[in-house]
Amino acid sequence: MSFKEVVRFALRGLSANKLRSALTMLGILIGVAAVILLVAVGNGSAKAISDRIEALGTNTITVMSTGRGGSSNTALTTDMADAISDPTMAPDVKSVSPVVSSSATITYEGTDHDVNSFVGTTPGWFTASNTPIGTGSGFTADDETQGRRVVVLGQTVVDELFPGVDPIDKQVTVGGALFTVVGVLKEKSSTGFQDANDTAVAPLSAVRQVLTGYGALNSMLVEAKDPGKVDTVESEVSTILDQRMTKTATSSTSSSTTPYRIQNASQLLETQTATADTFTTLLGAVAAISLLVGGIGITNIMLVTVTERTREIGIRKALGAPRRVILTQFLIEATLLSVIGGALGVVAALVGSSFEIVGVKPVIVPSSIGLALGVSIAIGLFFGGLPASRAARLRPIDALRYE
Amino acid sequence: MTKPVLDVRDLKKIYGEGEATVHALRGVSLTVHRGDYVAIMGSSGSGKSTLMNILGALDVPTFGSYHLDGVDVSKLADRQLALARNRLIGFIFQAFNLIPRTSAVANVELPLAYAGVKPKERRRRALEALEVVGLADRARHEPNQLSGGQQQRVAVARALVTEPALLLADEPTGNLDSHSTHDVLNVFDQLSAAGRTIVIITHEPEVGARTKRLVRLVDGEIVEDTRQSPIHLPPVGAFAGRHAV
Repeated sequence: MSFKEVVRFALRGLSANKLRSALTMLGILIGVAAVILLVAVGNGSAKAISDRIEALGTNTITVMSTGRGGSSNTALTTDMADAISDPTMAPDVKSVSPVVSSSATITYEGTDHDVNSFVGTTPGWFTASNTPIGTGSGFTADDETQGRRVVVLGQTVVDELFPGVDPIDKQVTVGGALFTVVGVLKEKSSTGFQDANDTAVAPLSAVRQVLTGYGALNSMLVEAKDPGKVDTVESEVSTILDQRMTKTATSSTSSSTTPYRIQNASQLLETQTATADTFTTLLGAVAAISLLVGGIGITNIMLVTVTERTREIGIRKALGAPRRVILTQFLIEATLLSVIGGALGVVAALVGSSFEIVGVKPVIVPSSIGLALGVSIAIGLFFGGLPASRAARLRPIDALRYE
Repeated sequence: MTKPVLDVRDLKKIYGEGEATVHALRGVSLTVHRGDYVAIMGSSGSGKSTLMNILGALDVPTFGSYHLDGVDVSKLADRQLALARNRLIGFIFQAFNLIPRTSAVANVELPLAYAGVKPKERRRRALEALEVVGLADRARHEPNQLSGGQQQRVAVARALVTEPALLLADEPTGNLDSHSTHDVLNVFDQLSAAGRTIVIITHEPEVGARTKRLVRLVDGEIVEDTRQSPIHLPPVGAFAGRHAV
C-alpha cells in the first residue's frame, strides 16, 4: 500500500468525522492562539511602560535652582547655560537647553485656553526632551536670536482652539502679543496627572520678552552624548555651577549646601530595567501556564479521538491492515490536525493582536509563535500517535472488544 | 484429495491463571476441505467464539497447531499474520463492524486497499461483490442508512471481495430479525453453491440445518460432527435449479 493511499485514507478518516476533526482543530487553535496572544499582550504592556519611561528622557539631566527669591548669585542664567555647553569644560554634554516656563492664556478668535506650561527655550530642547514635532516645523536658532514670535502648540491646545481647523500659520494672542503657530507637537503619552499635551513651546527670547521677563531661568535641560555618560555629565555640570554660583548655607537642611538641584534620569533607567525584568519573568510564567493549559487541551482531545477509534482500528486489523499502515494513517491524521489547527491558531493570534485588548496594544513575540506551534504539534503528534500505536499493537480481538 | 483449507490439531485455549483458570478450548481437532459449508454450534460458553477468533487469526491458541490453506498460522509474525488475515480469511462479525460514516463501497474496498489493489480495479471488484449480495444499488449509502440485514450483507461482500480461501462468520444472524436472517442465509447458500468454503458459528438450529456439515461444541470439546449433505453438491437450502453444478 503506497504512502499516497495512506494519505488518502487519513484524509477520508478526517472528512468522515467533520465535526470531531473541526473540534480537535479548534482545541489546538485555541491552545496556540492563547499562548501567542497572552504573551503578546504581556509584551505589549511591557513595551508601553518602557516607552513611557523612555519618553521621560533617559539621557538628560535637569538642573533646577533651589535658591529662594531672585538673588542673582543663586539664579540660573543663560551665561551658565553657555558655560555648560562649552566643549572643553564639559566634553560629554551634547546640548544645553535653558528653559523658562509659566502658565499663560492663549487666545484665538475669541476662544481662550489656559496652558499649564508655556515653555520658552532653544531649538535643541525638542530633541533633548524627546518632544518631536508632529506637523509643521519647530522654530530655528535664528528665530530664537531674532526673538521672533512663533509658537509650537501641544495637541490638547490645538484641539481646544482649532477644532477642525489647520492651526499652522494662524496667529494666536499670548500675553497681549501675537504669536504665529509654526508647528504642532507630536502627541505624547501622559506620564502623570498632568496632561503632557497641554503645552506650548516658543523661542526663549520671545517668551522672556512677552511673559516672564529677563530674570532667572526655571531650569536647564542638559543632554548627555549617551545614556551611559549621564553620571559624568552630572559631575561636569556641578563643577561648572559650583564655580559660578555662591554656595549659601540654607536654613532648612545642613546637607543642601548647593543652590541648585540636579535631577538625574539614572533612577528612571534603573526603574526601566527593573520593570523590563519583572515583565520578562511575568511573560515566562504566562507563556508556561498557557502552554500547559493549551497542551492539556490538545492531549485530552487527541486521546479521546484516538481511543474512541480503537474499535475501528480492530476492524481494520481484522481486514488485514498491517500495523505500520494503521500507525501511519493515524500519525498523518494527527499531523494534519495539529499543523492545520496550529496554523489557524497563529492566524487567529495575528488577527487578534491587531486589536487593542483591555487598553493594551499586543506586540507579538516571534519566538512565542515558534514555541506555541512547536509544542502543540509535538503534543498533538505524541498523544495522537501513542494511543494509535498502542491500539495498532493490540490483538485485533482485544481492539474489537474495546468499548 | 487436495490439502484441506482448514486443519487444526489439538487446539487449546486457556484464559487466566491459578484459581481463575478457564479452559475455553480443551483440545479441538477439525479439518475442513474446500467447498464445505460448516456450522459450528454450541451454547453460550461452549468455546465457539474462542474457536472462531483463533480460526480467524484474531487470537492465538495456547497450544495446538493451525494450518490455514497449508500455512502454519500459529508460527506467523504480526506482519505475515496481517497478510494472512487479508488474503486467506474473510471475516463476518455478529456486530457487522463496518467502518462508520464510510460508504458501503468504500467499506468493501478496504481489504483490497490493504492488499495493494489499484483504485480502479478495487472499485470494480467492490461493486461486483456488492452485486453478489444484491446491494449494488446501495453502494453509496453509509452504514447508518442501511438496515441490519443490509449492513450484514455489506460485511459479507467485504469478506468475499478478496476471494479468500475461507469465509468465517461469527453469529452472522445474531443481531438480525427473521427476514434479514433469511436474506443473509440465502447469500451464504449461493456462495456455497458457487464453491466457497464457509464456516459459520451459530446457536440457531435453523441456521445449522441449512449447512452441509454440523459440528457441535460443548465445554470446549467437539461432541458431534455430522455431514448433512455431500460436500460437492449445493447445500440443501439453496434454491432449486442450482443443484446441478
